[in-house]
Amino acid sequence: MSRRLVLAFLLALAMALPVHAALTSDELLQDPVLEARARAIGKELRCLVCQNQSIDDSDADLARDLRHLVRERLLAGDSDAEIREFMVERYGEFVLLKPPVTMGTLLLWGGPFVVLAIGGALIVLSLRRRRAASTTALTPDEESRLAELLDEGTGRP
Amino acid sequence: MRRLLFVVPALVFVAIAGFLAIGLTRDPSTLPSALLDRPAPDFALPPLPGRDDAGFARADLGGGPMLVNFFASWCVPCRIEHPIINRLAEAGVTVHGINYKDKPEDALAWLAELGDPFARVGRDQDGRVGIDWGVYGVPETYVIDADGTIVHKHVGPLQPRDLERTILPLLESLKR
Repeated sequence: MSRRLVLAFLLALAMALPVHAALTSDELLQDPVLEARARAIGKELRCLVCQNQSIDDSDADLARDLRHLVRERLLAGDSDAEIREFMVERYGEFVLLKPPVTMGTLLLWGGPFVVLAIGGALIVLSLRRRRAASTTALTPDEESRLAELLDEGTGRP
Repeated sequence: MRRLLFVVPALVFVAIAGFLAIGLTRDPSTLPSALLDRPAPDFALPPLPGRDDAGFARADLGGGPMLVNFFASWCVPCRIEHPIINRLAEAGVTVHGINYKDKPEDALAWLAELGDPFARVGRDQDGRVGIDWGVYGVPETYVIDADGTIVHKHVGPLQPRDLERTILPLLESLKR
């Protein structure tokens, strides 16, 4: 039973692995260095048709055209940054899966850290308060009740 | 202090809910054009063989407000949109067509069947000019002003309400 569960879990895990890129062999460049650069760029460019896939992962026609274009620009001697710029000029910054840090995206990039800082500050504050609360002295009533309990404890064999 | 502990999360919730509510009213599949308010890109496209124009090029833009419509015979929404393009042309609006990744004979048959509203048609066989314009799916329609600047982009089929609310008022304001 539990072995079956483990197997099912492993199977589910295997399905969660990234599917193979949509590239076909005739698209690849001869030069492995250029091809590696093309892959790296392709992974960072959004497929405008499916929007949450990179052009490397997408089977859409436009994605294939853009992959061709990336390789063509590489062969023409463009730098990675120039190719990204080429895409941004046509499709806007949305085409970059990883938005650049600018004034407009500052909240996007900094937001998690701000939230983390607020959360951390709250934890520190509440811990401090708890510690302060725990060091208050016992009232005389509590004192006597405690003594009673302790006596009870030692009274037993 | 204690009250603050309840008020702050509530305020944060309201702020986030506000942003999400605005997000719900926006269509994520419609992207703004990166080329807005910039001159149309350079291009020179061959004609559809058998159509009596010499193709369509950047030099044909300007001189007055006009529309550029990317279409293809394989595109179903284009078929839905086409009567509206016909109506625009009948009303005297200059509309140029760019036939996107299509077979010329299919495109010609399509125009023969549904009507040919275009002043000029260029054949973008490999979709390269489409990429220069930032096209990511046909149909797309661009409004060009008299200087050849892209002033508006419409993604997807034009509908009557798009004409009334956006396209026609925009063309009217560009005439002045």
